[in-house]
Amino acid sequence: MKRFSFSNFMLWAGLAFIYLPMLIMVIYSFNASKLVTVWGGWSLKWYAGLLDNNQLMGSVLRSLEIACYTAIAAVALGTVAAFVLTRVTRFKGRTLFGGLVTAPLVMPEVITGLSLLLLFVAMAQLIGWPAERGVLTIWIAHTTFCSAYVAVVVSARLRELDLSIEEAAMDLGAKPWKVFFLITIPMIAPSLAAGGMMSFALSLDDLVLASFVSGPGSTTLPMEVFSAVRLGVKPEINAVASLILLTVSIFTFFAWYFARRAEEKRKRAIQQAMEETTSETWSAKAA
Amino acid sequence: MKIGKLKRYLPRGRHVVIGVPFLWLFLFFLLPFFIVLKISFAEADVAIPPYTEIYSWAENQLQIVLNLGNYIFLSEDELYLAAYLGSLKMATISTLLCLLIGYPMAYAIARASKEMQTTLLLLIMMPTWTAILIRVYAWMGILSNNGLLNGFLQMLGVINEPLQILNTNLAVYIGVVYSYLPFMILPLYANLVKHDHSLLEAASDLGSSTFNSFWKITVPLSKNGIVAGSMLVFIPVVGEFVIPELLGGPETLMIGKVLWQEFFNNRDWPVASALAVVMLAILIVPIILFNRNQAKEMEGRA
Repeated sequence: MKRFSFSNFMLWAGLAFIYLPMLIMVIYSFNASKLVTVWGGWSLKWYAGLLDNNQLMGSVLRSLEIACYTAIAAVALGTVAAFVLTRVTRFKGRTLFGGLVTAPLVMPEVITGLSLLLLFVAMAQLIGWPAERGVLTIWIAHTTFCSAYVAVVVSARLRELDLSIEEAAMDLGAKPWKVFFLITIPMIAPSLAAGGMMSFALSLDDLVLASFVSGPGSTTLPMEVFSAVRLGVKPEINAVASLILLTVSIFTFFAWYFARRAEEKRKRAIQQAMEETTSETWSAKAA
Repeated sequence: MKIGKLKRYLPRGRHVVIGVPFLWLFLFFLLPFFIVLKISFAEADVAIPPYTEIYSWAENQLQIVLNLGNYIFLSEDELYLAAYLGSLKMATISTLLCLLIGYPMAYAIARASKEMQTTLLLLIMMPTWTAILIRVYAWMGILSNNGLLNGFLQMLGVINEPLQILNTNLAVYIGVVYSYLPFMILPLYANLVKHDHSLLEAASDLGSSTFNSFWKITVPLSKNGIVAGSMLVFIPVVGEFVIPELLGGPETLMIGKVLWQEFFNNRDWPVASALAVVMLAILIVPIILFNRNQAKEMEGRA
């Protein structure tokens, strides 16, 4: 009876612990009653009310915009960082570089947020840039910490790669950048997609960094939700929160789907190659 | 000027590849900490920005005045000491709880079939990409006095009066463990899945009990995963702001919340900076430990 072992029990209990609260919140977002805890039948009215909330809709658009920019920049920066970490083995300051790449993963957000704001203020005084804080400064903050996540995901994939293909291309005279764009990038594409979607979701979610580095008039969705949540639980917030959950779930599903499809394609290719070699050996033997 | 000489002045490809991420991280991650350090030695001022410069240049004299007042202020006021201790206690206990709950979960995933593993990992990973704010908010509705948990317990007849859970430290523990559990499971899984099962088989052939071989073989082998997971939970929880703000009450004293109030409500930037510097000083050992561990993982080609 190994199936009902202690660790399996903990796994399912843990998953229930993770998902039940979110499920309950989603169910209650359809509650017709104005009181959050009393069930008054199914209703869509809280969702309908959201569409009329201009302030909220503005913050949604702003958040989506920042998340798009962040995903693009974080993938570019994180991939280069991962490439340096896994392929450029020796250079001055390598230890410092490795530390700088992984430190944003753990650094408490209040410290990162505070320090970035003070940097922006100092820079504005010194060179007059950034003149005002808003989308641009939030983007810089998000890119910095998301690229750390991308670097971890991509470097895991880079380490698994078979170096011989890249080496073969180099032997045949391809320039390093050509090898990188034509061979390395396509081979790590699923992890780039996963990293990009992860950055998108992380940026969409961030409250603390954005609160520090945003200026007046650049409120993001989490900031909007936070100021409402502080005053207590409300059915409208249940609806907003459920929509955010839905969006992120869709993104996660696609990230998973891309990664899985690429994996299957790779497996099929290997299998096919092996079958071909076997049949060739057979025909060679027969002849 | 010869072309060869010109080429030397232009950065070579390798330098560009290393330089771009290095420069970005230096400018937007490392440099800001020095500015925080600098401002922690300044004095609060009614100005924009609200602090004084620590150096002045007059009559060919560069004067640097380091004001230690902020640090002395921190050590004299018991609130700050209590907040630091509160954060450390919260982080230590939560890390242990996450380890106790997360280890068996990671173990079960590592032992599941290959297809099952990807699905289970997705299920564990998805919440880490979902707004922490929203997941904490979901607990507010459950834990409040007239919330679902109290309603459920009253229905069962376990309690007559609703329990006060929301706005207590217990609620913060629930919220922290809930939010950070995946960060413990993922590195543990990455480590456990690489283990060689023949070692365990050998141990059982030699007559070792299941628990004994788990304790003597699996746990020591997963040391790197335990360190990575614990640091991923411990360090951010010390500075956590959202969870104590939403679920905690007046008894909950945590440094992230105090820093936030000092900065946004009191607008005392130098004291907030000093708070951050001390927090960083406390965390420097765990951060170095995490980085070493991570560097080993990133370089080691298994």
